[in-house]
Amino acid sequence: MTPARDESDVPPQPVEQWERPLPRPDNVSKPFWEAASRGELLIQRCPSGHRQFYPRAVCRVCGDDPGWEQASGRGTVHTYTVIRQNHARPFRDELPYVVAMVDLVEGVRMMGNITGCAPDEVYIGMPVEVRMVQAEPDVGVPFWRPVAGGPGTKGATA
Amino acid sequence: MPDRAPVIVGTGLSDYPQAPDLDGVQHHSQAMQRALADCGLAKGEIDGYLDAGGGGVMIDDAVTMAEYLGIDHRYIDGTMTGGSSFEFHVQHAAAAIRQGLCDTVLITYGSDQLSRMGRSLGTGGLGRGAKRFAGPQQYEAPFGNSLVGSYAMAAQRHMYEFGTTSEQLAEIAVGVREFAGLNPKAMYREPITVDDVLGSRLIADPLHKLDCCVISDGGGAIVMTTAERARDLRQPPVYVLGAAGAQTHWNISQMPDFTDTAASRCGPIAFGQAGVAPANIDTIQFYDSFTITVMLLLEGLGFCARGEGGAFVKDGHLRRGGDLPLNTDGGGLSSSHPGMRGIFLLIEAARQLRGQAGEAQVPDCDLAVACGSGGWLSCIGAVILGREHP
Ligand SMILES: [Zn+2]
Repeated sequence: MTPARDESDVPPQPVEQWERPLPRPDNVSKPFWEAASRGELLIQRCPSGHRQFYPRAVCRVCGDDPGWEQASGRGTVHTYTVIRQNHARPFRDELPYVVAMVDLVEGVRMMGNITGCAPDEVYIGMPVEVRMVQAEPDVGVPFWRPVAGGPGTKGATA
Repeated sequence: MPDRAPVIVGTGLSDYPQAPDLDGVQHHSQAMQRALADCGLAKGEIDGYLDAGGGGVMIDDAVTMAEYLGIDHRYIDGTMTGGSSFEFHVQHAAAAIRQGLCDTVLITYGSDQLSRMGRSLGTGGLGRGAKRFAGPQQYEAPFGNSLVGSYAMAAQRHMYEFGTTSEQLAEIAVGVREFAGLNPKAMYREPITVDDVLGSRLIADPLHKLDCCVISDGGGAIVMTTAERARDLRQPPVYVLGAAGAQTHWNISQMPDFTDTAASRCGPIAFGQAGVAPANIDTIQFYDSFTITVMLLLEGLGFCARGEGGAFVKDGHLRRGGDLPLNTDGGGLSSSHPGMRGIFLLIEAARQLRGQAGEAQVPDCDLAVACGSGGWLSCIGAVILGREHP
């Protein structure tokens, strides 16, 4: 089933309306956030092949200098929760919403929101793909939605 | 050779669960006064001090609190591993006492978080407009996760991998509430059922309100010294038989395995030092920030096999009258949780080993484990305490 590209799948907050907390890009993270603002998802890879997220000044396995590689933007939900209480703006106006850990096919894991389907349709193992939302001119933030054509609901494979 | 085996000789709790007249430093101060009165040591005898801060008090870092309390130390430690800080402190203090770096150690904690901030801090979500976050938080803050949400993701994964149920998690909250009923100071004392837990509202799936700890004020203090010095003090000494800590991550997105904590690394070390096994333990005082926290610590420390926590708790081991009573003061789930509850675990374990737990007393209590979890299941500290000299 192809997930509907309905209103729930538009960026939750276009750049001029971004009210969520923002990253403060630093020497190491700036390329990541800038690439995301161009629609690209970058992860780090050191000369020995260790991949990591989040970006760091060193490889967390061997201590070498990591470089960048473009990630596929595809992954699966490792675990998730449906947040039903959060007093902080703007999130309290978006309840309930899904916070998930996404395992990229490259082997790294990152936190994100699953949008583009109802919170109750998210399940562990759900294939998801990235879609970037521009938060400000040089900062894009990765969001995740069910893979088009993939199993779209819990009932499909869970 | 003087007997330098490290022992806990004095404990004190400040007023809890709500003490609007006390600020954070007053919790530290009151707890210290009560711990000194408990053992009969003079403040001037303290030559080691440990404080994690973290109570939201502006001045409660170790050096400032040492000044405030007037502690002329020759050993100081400000290790901060969140709620488990105090289990790490006991490990460090025990080593310092054995080594002769100091003789008599004070550990304090205090927080007025309920009176200062109220229950609205609740789920601990980030927000407040387009605030900017640096460091590792920049990769989490935009997504509206909450403190409960982090534990919820561990619970969800545990359910997925092992078939753990909400009923099984609820069993933990029900058993702890039964003990809270015996503690006149506990925040919530009315008995609850599994259905009550499941019927309470979901905060972050699959965790309900009654899967979550309370929010309170409170503080605690512990005095440790050598077995030698303890001989003529007021209370029977509680021996530190084993103490170990380990860390797997700090930020939740870096948790390597959402169903395994550092308890599986530090547990065997602590039990090895003590020369005992989980089966020998008479009571456990575990960090119960959430029901899932307890289940992961049970499995990590080896009280049951990995993935079998659900069946284990349903068997009633942890209940009053069971063979491994949990959180006999009512725990964080029902009695008090001022933010970093690890010191309460040690104090309740000591109370049980001294045979001073009243109606909640575990019969023939010789061995207890206090296990703290700090951060988001990040830093685990396990301390094995005993009534008999090792
Ligand atoms: Zn490497």
